[in-house]
Amino acid sequence: MTTRQSVLFDAPGPRARRRIIITNIVGILVFLGAALFVLKGLYDQGQLAPELWTPFLTQEVWEFTIIPGLVNTFRAAAAAIVTSVVFGLLFGVGRLSHNKSIAWLSGIIVEFFRAVPVLLMMIFFWLLLGQLKVLEPADIPFVAVVLALTFYNGSVIAELVRSGVHGLPKGQREAAMAIGMTRGQSMRSIELPQALVAMLPSLVSQFVVILKDSALGSIITYSELLRSMQIYGSSGPILQALAVAAVLFIIINFTLSGVANWLARFLGSRTAGRTRPVSAPPVAAKAG
Amino acid sequence: MDLLSEYFQSYLTALETYDVVAALWVNIQLTFWAFLCALALGTVLALMRISPVPSFQWAGAAYVNIFRNTPLTIIMTFCILVLVFQLQLNLSDDFDFNFFLWAIVGLSVYHAAFFCEAIRSGVNTVPLGQAEAARAIGLSFLPAARYVVLPQAFRGAIAPMGNTLIALAKNTTVATVASVPEAAGLMKTMIEFRPDVIMAIFATFALGFVVIVIPIGLLTTWLSKKLAVAR
Repeated sequence: MTTRQSVLFDAPGPRARRRIIITNIVGILVFLGAALFVLKGLYDQGQLAPELWTPFLTQEVWEFTIIPGLVNTFRAAAAAIVTSVVFGLLFGVGRLSHNKSIAWLSGIIVEFFRAVPVLLMMIFFWLLLGQLKVLEPADIPFVAVVLALTFYNGSVIAELVRSGVHGLPKGQREAAMAIGMTRGQSMRSIELPQALVAMLPSLVSQFVVILKDSALGSIITYSELLRSMQIYGSSGPILQALAVAAVLFIIINFTLSGVANWLARFLGSRTAGRTRPVSAPPVAAKAG
Repeated sequence: MDLLSEYFQSYLTALETYDVVAALWVNIQLTFWAFLCALALGTVLALMRISPVPSFQWAGAAYVNIFRNTPLTIIMTFCILVLVFQLQLNLSDDFDFNFFLWAIVGLSVYHAAFFCEAIRSGVNTVPLGQAEAARAIGLSFLPAARYVVLPQAFRGAIAPMGNTLIALAKNTTVATVASVPEAAGLMKTMIEFRPDVIMAIFATFALGFVVIVIPIGLLTTWLSKKLAVAR
């Protein structure tokens, strides 16, 4: 807020400053009151009792519940990140292809998987893999989570690749043509490298989405963080278990978002494209 | 050919046993109500974040950072397992309707953070020169906001708000956690009872969502282009 002068408000004078201070104090009181009201409600219900919270500080809970859950969350997210990036590059470049049928097919696939809810795909792959009996039953939830996350996020990344290449100044390709490169050469050595650098911040933001959506795996019995905490909490401290899970997710995602913002600033001078994430066009807006 | 028509026949009997349209209609209803609530809450949050009052800014930013970074699944699970089952907070006496309302609450609380950011990004599209020009022709705060800044800000916010609305429509499937009888839950039941036509069932539900999502996408793109501020 302070880094950029606001379009709405001028620099306050003495009267406005006084008004801001008074509103500020009222605001602080209101927010504190609301927080106290919630805490009082929780206290009356006995939810703030120390014995409900202290287990989450013990080594036992971390060793058998939190760490295994986190490991599974990261395992699914990491696998999905790798496969989504491959999927995204493949179909993003496919959509830019001059071969009409390849571009059209890639477009249909990308738009379709962006419009279908991840959870729907997850449940489908989970039950399908269960039917096919080609995998160990224990691996099925993991594979289903990764597959569903890949198809959705890969399609989003394909769009990032496409808009990254489109976002480059025209002169980049024209210069490549002028020194005698073919379209493919220009794409491979001039446009894609710069587009990838430009899309890196948006890509990292997409990793936050992948990490968050991996929690959907709890619905198809994949024992990631949410599910292990839910199972632990079912013996009583469910509020506490879910709160701890949420805090862990917030810390991880907040850090990742910070990295994305830092990358956007850091890489700004290293590409001809825009590194600030531009809001992606709504799904299916450019279908066909 | 016989195999194909046989497959089609058993797909049709599956469709007769289960009401796919009714389940998708529940998703549409969830989308509609959660959109209204999330938009209202998101607007309040955005106003707090762009206000010059530090405590408002801080509270808005805290809300956005907390709820944007928490998985929706946790929020929904929290609403059901903690607020309904443990703390007995009921929004309605009717058992099923209570879960439906809590699903709307969970969806709204989560997406409000995204609507807030969409609106705020709309305000950020307005160049500073617009506000300076408004001041230069003698407009005070309210007229400048009403006639110069906010009209441009709303137009700039349409595209990101459309994206959030589409995400919301798809995320209504998470209401299955609250055992609301919506599409994802029905698809699971259908596949479990009719595993022979799993592909056709998935295709049906996927197409259902494509049909819901594409009009929203086309409409918001058209609106954002039609109302775009030429600069």
